[in-house]
Amino acid sequence: MVQCLAPDGSVVREDLLPDPETRLELYRQMRRARHFDERGWVLYRQGRLGVFPPFGGMEASQVGTAAALTKNDWLFPTYRDTGAALTLGLPIARTLAYWRTSPHGWHMPADLKVLPFYIPIATQYPQAVGAALAERRQGTRNVAMAFIGDGGSSEGDFHEALNFAGALNAPCVFILQNNGWAISVPTRAQTRATDLSRRADGYGIPGVRVDGNDALATYHVTREAVDRARGGGGPTLIETVTYRVKPHTVADDPSRYRSEADTAGWDAKDPVTRLRTHLLNAGLMTEASEADLLAEITAEFEAALAEADSYPEPTPAEILDHVFAEPTPQLKKQRAEILAEHAAHDQAQDSKEQA
Amino acid sequence: MTATATPPTGTTKTMTMVAAINDALDIALAADDAVHIFGEDVGVMGGVFRATDGLQAKHGQERVFDTPLAEAAIVGMGIGMGLAGLKPVAEIQFAGFLYPALDQILSHLGRYRHRTRSRYHLPMVIRAPYGGGVHTPEQHADSPEAILAHTPGVKVVIPSTPADAKGLLLSAINDPDPVFFFEAIKLYRSVKEDVPVGDYRVPIGKARVVTEGDDVTVICYGGMVEVAQKAAAAATQAGIGVEVIDLRTLVPMDTDTVIASIAKTGRAVIVTEAPRTAGFHSEIAAVIAEEAIEHLRAPIVRVTGFDAPYPPFTAVEDVYRPNPLRVAKAIRQVMDY
Repeated sequence: MVQCLAPDGSVVREDLLPDPETRLELYRQMRRARHFDERGWVLYRQGRLGVFPPFGGMEASQVGTAAALTKNDWLFPTYRDTGAALTLGLPIARTLAYWRTSPHGWHMPADLKVLPFYIPIATQYPQAVGAALAERRQGTRNVAMAFIGDGGSSEGDFHEALNFAGALNAPCVFILQNNGWAISVPTRAQTRATDLSRRADGYGIPGVRVDGNDALATYHVTREAVDRARGGGGPTLIETVTYRVKPHTVADDPSRYRSEADTAGWDAKDPVTRLRTHLLNAGLMTEASEADLLAEITAEFEAALAEADSYPEPTPAEILDHVFAEPTPQLKKQRAEILAEHAAHDQAQDSKEQA
Repeated sequence: MTATATPPTGTTKTMTMVAAINDALDIALAADDAVHIFGEDVGVMGGVFRATDGLQAKHGQERVFDTPLAEAAIVGMGIGMGLAGLKPVAEIQFAGFLYPALDQILSHLGRYRHRTRSRYHLPMVIRAPYGGGVHTPEQHADSPEAILAHTPGVKVVIPSTPADAKGLLLSAINDPDPVFFFEAIKLYRSVKEDVPVGDYRVPIGKARVVTEGDDVTVICYGGMVEVAQKAAAAATQAGIGVEVIDLRTLVPMDTDTVIASIAKTGRAVIVTEAPRTAGFHSEIAAVIAEEAIEHLRAPIVRVTGFDAPYPPFTAVEDVYRPNPLRVAKAIRQVMDY
């Protein structure tokens, strides 16, 4: 397993250290992601966010990988990869809107190739192969990165995608976040082949196992994979070994299927604390500069929250928008039905209120 | 708007349906570098029915390529290619082999425009041979069009003639949204007609009145059109005027043409080779019941397959797949009501 920082923050591989600016940027992005995750819980409890899958504790796995991309590259995130999407530049307001089930959360910025979070497991993998292949066919050096979990790596689409990417030499970087749990099913019950990086062997592509709680290590191995893909060297599977310290979603109760003993020890491996210790020890950050950073992150989030609050709720007929470029006669008729029904409903409400 | 069967003008060439499909694919590849054709055996071999014959040699291994044998990844990869600006044209070897890809189709293909509020759209075509009548082995004769018609955001096109196959396929490839294009295996080489040369389009969403008549409307598509025509010819001999409507497109369905015909004839027979329950014929019947029931002089009759798997038994295949005799009986039934 590739590692650059030990859990206590000490450097175990000097040769893997990225430059100081990169280390600081990785920390900034991890703190942004963690802030979102922590505020997400509070907002959910306040009824200001829908059911949302937390990812706290997996920041190195998401930030270190996504940070290896540029804005010309594709990102196919799953529902737990808010941290990766934020790192590539998905606006916080849009991300909040997504988890509020507002259509504004599905409006992807024109300068980003981030897809909306994938709900059906593993379907994003073959699609990333297609996007990567299309970039190659169009003569660019852009790559596609797709995320999946240990549970998702049991799906057929995962295996088909790895095989296609190898056979077609698609510039794809497959991130497999092994966080130990597929809701309530532990990885050891998911498969006998618990070193998931070795699944790459079956498809003739490189497989890398990395400490998923070490942002410097995840960044290093992902940069290598991205550079290889850009240069025509084909796909890589990267298993980030991490842990889902949080519940599956904010509505889940993990005590039904795992004990504290299962999770014990993972707090000591926390990715944010690990990089923080390193930066302080290396003199790259002081507690004062960190306080400035946190103030900036807090302000950014609250401004985004205010923006998300300003998004209007969708109107009834909007459910029929964006099905086809040109609505079919059937959709036009159904739109008229909704408009008529809703107008009648509004009138009934009015007369009830006046009565 | 009704497109009546008019003889094509200008230069034509006599072609089978599979040749017309090949011609359309060739034209699309030449016209637009974004068009890519892929699937199992479509490249070197030219497809199991030769629909892509010669295209790889002409347009290169990057534009027409063989994939590993995995339908979910064929469709999923096509979705990714479409997101990234290409026009993917995937071949699924048989419609009955589409099922591994249903997750990609039902979860993503039709939803992409919707879930990105049109930031992305998928100009993808999925071609698949479908239907029976040629004694294919088990699993090779399915008619799964209702599954796709029931999937929001995808169009479903099923041609019945070489000229329509060419014109509709070129429309499908140039459509900004995903289109399923089902090709009746029975018709690939059994029919020849004059097909316009060059880039020729038939609009998606317009039915074709195959024969005009005042007494009974027979609604059908794909492989059932020739069956309906034979039954109609026999009925004409008996003095019954049969209007055969080839839907051409299930989604969007040209209800105007159907309703106008029912308003004239007052009788409806619907013919498909799909299983009876919840087939697309049921949708057609529902539309007629909703919009034209006051014109009906007899109950709507569906002539379809049965609620059993398509039989791979040559001796009795014809029992399942509607033949002209069964359609003629249905015509008689609505006339005698």
